[in-house]
Amino acid sequence: MKLIDPHVHMSARTTDDYEAMRDAGVVAVIEPAFWVGQPRTTLGSFQDYYASLIGWERFRAAQFGIRHYCTMGLNSKEANNEALAAEVLEILPLFASKDGVVAIGEIGYDDQTPAEDKVFRKQLELAKELKLPVMIHTPHRDKKRGTARSMDVCIEHGLKPSSVIVDHNNEETVKECLDRGFWAAFTIYPKTKMGNERMVEVVRTYGKERIIVDSSADWGVSDPLAVPKTARLMLERGIPKDQVEATCYGNAILAYGPSGQFNESDWLTPASIDQRMLFEGNSVLRGQQPKIEDRVTKGLIS
Amino acid sequence: MSTTAITALLDSWLNRQLADDAAAWLRETLQRSELDGAGTRALFIAFSLTGRRCGRVDLLVNDSDKKAADAARPLWNPSGWSLDQVVRTRLVLAIPATEPRVWLTIMDQLFAAAGLEELVALYQALPLLPHQALLAPRIAEGLRSNMTAVFNAVALNNPIASEQLTIDAWNQLILKALFVNSPVKRIVGAERRANGVLAQMLIDYARERYAAKRPIPVDLWDAARPGCDARQRVDLDQLQASASAVTP
Repeated sequence: MKLIDPHVHMSARTTDDYEAMRDAGVVAVIEPAFWVGQPRTTLGSFQDYYASLIGWERFRAAQFGIRHYCTMGLNSKEANNEALAAEVLEILPLFASKDGVVAIGEIGYDDQTPAEDKVFRKQLELAKELKLPVMIHTPHRDKKRGTARSMDVCIEHGLKPSSVIVDHNNEETVKECLDRGFWAAFTIYPKTKMGNERMVEVVRTYGKERIIVDSSADWGVSDPLAVPKTARLMLERGIPKDQVEATCYGNAILAYGPSGQFNESDWLTPASIDQRMLFEGNSVLRGQQPKIEDRVTKGLIS
Repeated sequence: MSTTAITALLDSWLNRQLADDAAAWLRETLQRSELDGAGTRALFIAFSLTGRRCGRVDLLVNDSDKKAADAARPLWNPSGWSLDQVVRTRLVLAIPATEPRVWLTIMDQLFAAAGLEELVALYQALPLLPHQALLAPRIAEGLRSNMTAVFNAVALNNPIASEQLTIDAWNQLILKALFVNSPVKRIVGAERRANGVLAQMLIDYARERYAAKRPIPVDLWDAARPGCDARQRVDLDQLQASASAVTP
């Protein structure tokens, strides 16, 4: 089964993760712009980070036969450094209009401060101007209210719910999200957010419409194989195959496709220029990459 | 080499292949950037949107196109270019270049915010840009890249490296090409710039690979030979014989 992880911070992950993801069927990933675990202090750090999302990381992913896309945005935590946030918002349009940028995100609230609110709203306007979907990061704390508020503000700014992906949902937030016509994404993340057994039950209850599974794997305790593992668990526990395919592959294309930057043909039948640029020397195409299991059992590094 | 001749040639290819709406968009963009002056946000955004507006099909080049390219800019070979790369090159050539330092600053900004595809287009276009003598640091930067596609855009089918690099930088270029499995045969000027220091570096590299029981890049022998002196040639031949005895 082909899979997409539509929220994963690959910059924080190793090449072993890329290999394992590819072996598990992941064909495309979306890396949302986020913070890096500690606050940045200069504009240059943001600029180089954004450039790496459309440059080095895209190239790195291609070496493992995975198409890499990203979203551009200023996250809510760093929105609280108001002087720096203003500078970042100045350069953001330049990066947001690059090839392979499928949404403005991940944006929204952390502590739900006035500074976060201001930066969130400015970026919703940017999304409208560039005709890009929006990926919402819902807060860890005061989640239910923060999620509802994020959706209210999107409506207030005239965005269509069908162009907004609300991420990090749980059992308490999903109903309102779906009832109001938004996309409901779920992050399968150990300890916090969702576990995949709970995810199976969410799909059993709500079906496949507008539900998306992702890993949000990053530099924390997280699992880059969360999507493949959840897809497998769903099948084992009797979720119909079409629902697994929709929530772990097809819905991401429907949600981010309207950007014009996320097309199935990119990975099924890539343009010849992409093949020359991205897959040159790619061992995947030569079919000689040893499986991870083999390397571990043999214990050889050559 | 004249920018006017290069621009005219690019325009003739674009007239032939670009769809009407894309051609209109490009015309409008160029007119607007003339009005607004260089380095404006409009030009930067147009540069980003090029792939979507113009498509990413391969540029069609016949033999007379190749001759015309070589006449407009010696050793320039546009085979393997895509349509969006031609358009991006056309946009870059529209940046006013009368003030070299101002022009270079704009170019640096364009590079700093470029994605992978844009970097490839920019580096590939280096031999067509004005102020070639100012570009040595940029060439070196491209060759330092860990993105093979970017390295290749400078190193392969591109005459600028052999024209602008110092001998040390040139030798590193050849050695790195072998390291990253890029086809040395497609490096322009390799024969002309062959030298004894490079030959020794390549012989040492072949020895290292042989000792590690790793395959030796097939292009290495031909890359080393032209620069060899008599003693190095003996070493090289011996190494090649031993290596081919192990790896068929």
